[in-house]
Amino acid sequence: MAEKILMKGNEALAEGAIRAGCRFFAGYPITPQNEVPEYMSWRMGQAGGAFVQAESEVSAINMIYGAAATGKRCMTSSSSPGISLKQEGLSYCAGADLPLLIANVMRGGPGLGNIAGAQGDYWQSTRGGGHGDYRTFVMAPNCVSEMANFPHKCFEVASKYRVPAMILADGIIGQMMEPVQFTAPEVDPSKLPEPSWALGIGEGRTKRIVKSYDLREGYLEKMVMERVARYRELEKNEVLYEEKMLADAEIAIVAYGTSARVSLAAIKLAREKGLKVGLFRPITLWPFPKLRLAELSGRIKKFLVVEMSLGQMVEDVQLSIGGRAEVNLHAKPGAAVITAEEVYDTLERIVKKGAKEYAVAQ
Amino acid sequence: MQLLNKRPESLTEQTMHYCPGCGHGIIHRVTAEVMDELGIRSRCIGVAPVGCAVFADTYFNCDMIQGPHGRGPAEATGIKRCRPDAIVFSYQGDGDLASIGMAEIVHAAIRSENITVIFVNNAIYGMTGGQMAPTTLIGQKATTCVGGRAAEQAGYPIRMSELLATIDGASYLERTSVHTAPGVLKTKAAIKKAFQCQIDRKGFSMVEILSMCPTNWGTRLDNPSEATKFINDDMMKVFPLGVYKDALKQEQR
Amino acid sequence: MYQGIRISGFGGQGVISAGVLLAYSGMLENKEASFFPAYGAEMRGGTANCSVVISSDEVTTPIVSSPDTVIVFNEPSLAKFEPMVKPGGLLIINASLVNSRPARKDIKVLCVPCNEIAGELGNAKIMNMVALGAFAAATGAVSIEAITKALPKVYKKLKPEVIELNVKALKRGAQLSLN
Repeated sequence: MAEKILMKGNEALAEGAIRAGCRFFAGYPITPQNEVPEYMSWRMGQAGGAFVQAESEVSAINMIYGAAATGKRCMTSSSSPGISLKQEGLSYCAGADLPLLIANVMRGGPGLGNIAGAQGDYWQSTRGGGHGDYRTFVMAPNCVSEMANFPHKCFEVASKYRVPAMILADGIIGQMMEPVQFTAPEVDPSKLPEPSWALGIGEGRTKRIVKSYDLREGYLEKMVMERVARYRELEKNEVLYEEKMLADAEIAIVAYGTSARVSLAAIKLAREKGLKVGLFRPITLWPFPKLRLAELSGRIKKFLVVEMSLGQMVEDVQLSIGGRAEVNLHAKPGAAVITAEEVYDTLERIVKKGAKEYAVAQ
Repeated sequence: MQLLNKRPESLTEQTMHYCPGCGHGIIHRVTAEVMDELGIRSRCIGVAPVGCAVFADTYFNCDMIQGPHGRGPAEATGIKRCRPDAIVFSYQGDGDLASIGMAEIVHAAIRSENITVIFVNNAIYGMTGGQMAPTTLIGQKATTCVGGRAAEQAGYPIRMSELLATIDGASYLERTSVHTAPGVLKTKAAIKKAFQCQIDRKGFSMVEILSMCPTNWGTRLDNPSEATKFINDDMMKVFPLGVYKDALKQEQR
Repeated sequence: MYQGIRISGFGGQGVISAGVLLAYSGMLENKEASFFPAYGAEMRGGTANCSVVISSDEVTTPIVSSPDTVIVFNEPSLAKFEPMVKPGGLLIINASLVNSRPARKDIKVLCVPCNEIAGELGNAKIMNMVALGAFAAATGAVSIEAITKALPKVYKKLKPEVIELNVKALKRGAQLSLN
């Protein structure tokens, strides 16, 4: 058993990435993710990798584009406004089929918003985010241990399917400290095979081109369709979710990240009062666990989506359930603190009074 | 029969798409000759830009990546930091480097990133059809300044070599031109020095090359000398040729 | 067991370090623990507060909205956090700097002259340790031994004599709360 240490979410994320074989990091300061570049700045050198504090988020993601093209495991991180700036580069990386890790420690928005934790970037993360048709593998940690261990999974999936992977955390998960265990296997990047497409020393082989465009008639379509086939495989194989107390549940809360933790506290309150409530927590936001939700909706007839945003993930839940069960919403945007008590009140209204809730919480 | 000249190994057999009289083909050729002569072709990784040289990834016979508009120095940074054994270059036009990519080029120089930049300055946006560039001369006509660039409305042309020369991290900077045969030879020599600077791990190097764009300058097809004359009479007044930084020489002094 | 704690004071009063120490101590006693700072934009001064949870069960939300214990180091913190304390909960007040007294009658109140005691021990910076000692003794959520063990783990650069001083402060706080 690995030793337990008390660590901040952001630092665990950085250490986890290095243990997963990441050897290049470029980033730009923005709260609440500053501990990631700060940690990387000294730790990357120890690990024999390179760290660059870029002049902007735009430049950082483009450094990652170059680094990923060499086949090395690399990472950038930021928070909401900075992630918006990275979208052009992310689209290029997706278009060039490059594996990489990007972390978003979400804060309040839109605009400069504030620096508290929020979940307003769900649509941006799960719909591609930049221009053009593409997908990003998105994992949503809800504790410091998941911050520590998800980078490994992200790099594995990113490399296997040649897609960018994202860790979508929020300011609370990034800033909090918890006991953490690094359980994911440690990766020695020098033992990883060189990908067939990686740029490098071309002695004795034909040249390689890393490209996101091909202006020849019909070629872009071909590139995109080949990518779509990989997306289909990924959707089939890489869905992750967690279920708690669902076996006898009459109502299921669907929530991810910090919202899932708050919801669990509300569920405990509800269980004490005899309400049969359980938790369904999507761990991968793309691919979304839609098949499992569809299955659950055969038995559970009431769902409550809890999110720290206007009501974004609720649309995926509705799509998954397709009208077979009632979908309620407890939404709290604007980086306001969501409490177990308020979620419990909503639960009570739905279960005891038969109310249908679909509102942004006051 | 004796073979006097041939295609450099560092160029592919792909037919170039450049307009007649364009300077890009010449610059590709001399860059490739330098790569051959230094024996670095198999170690080279190039970043192709967005702009007229967008197909450079198919012309250079070495590993290439297509960069987003203006971000070449950032890609080159990521590549070089991960493959310090490679020779990394970014090929960029004036809109790419001096407008949308101003931050990336300046900060690559500030970090003294050990890369080489080939900067083609033809004072116009080529591929998009002749719009005003950051290097367009005062009075020069373009599709977004049809009466000629007016300083009061659009400001002044930027001199990149002079600007970067103020940065401690810039190690080798030279401005040349390909409008004459001696100019082509000087350009080749400058590119060779720039690559040598990188091979010797001396840090950031850039060659700014004044180059013809007969199509978007609206010069007459039957009189190619109009374009070379524009460089000689007008561009070189604003963009004087010469070495702007040579860290190696300064060290020796 | 479950203990949700809020600590609040001026930036520089050791609010954050007290919170981290508590969480670490909980972990050393094989409990689940979490620490969450309310991070402001200011770097120095201003107010700082944090949430700590120590629990035998998994920690759900790390933001403690109805704390079992609130520790306030300054006057504005009392006004802000007094209403939050759970009925029957504990409010620890740094009596050296807080002149007001709580209005609520449904909570336990412990007034500790943290700054005076720290001053007597010869180092004003260990004021927060006096409060932690009082907390540990009053609630039993963590032991003084666990905090003592956590000190050099959290502050790797602390000299042994400074650690010793911190431990003295913890013990003085504990004594006060037991009296």
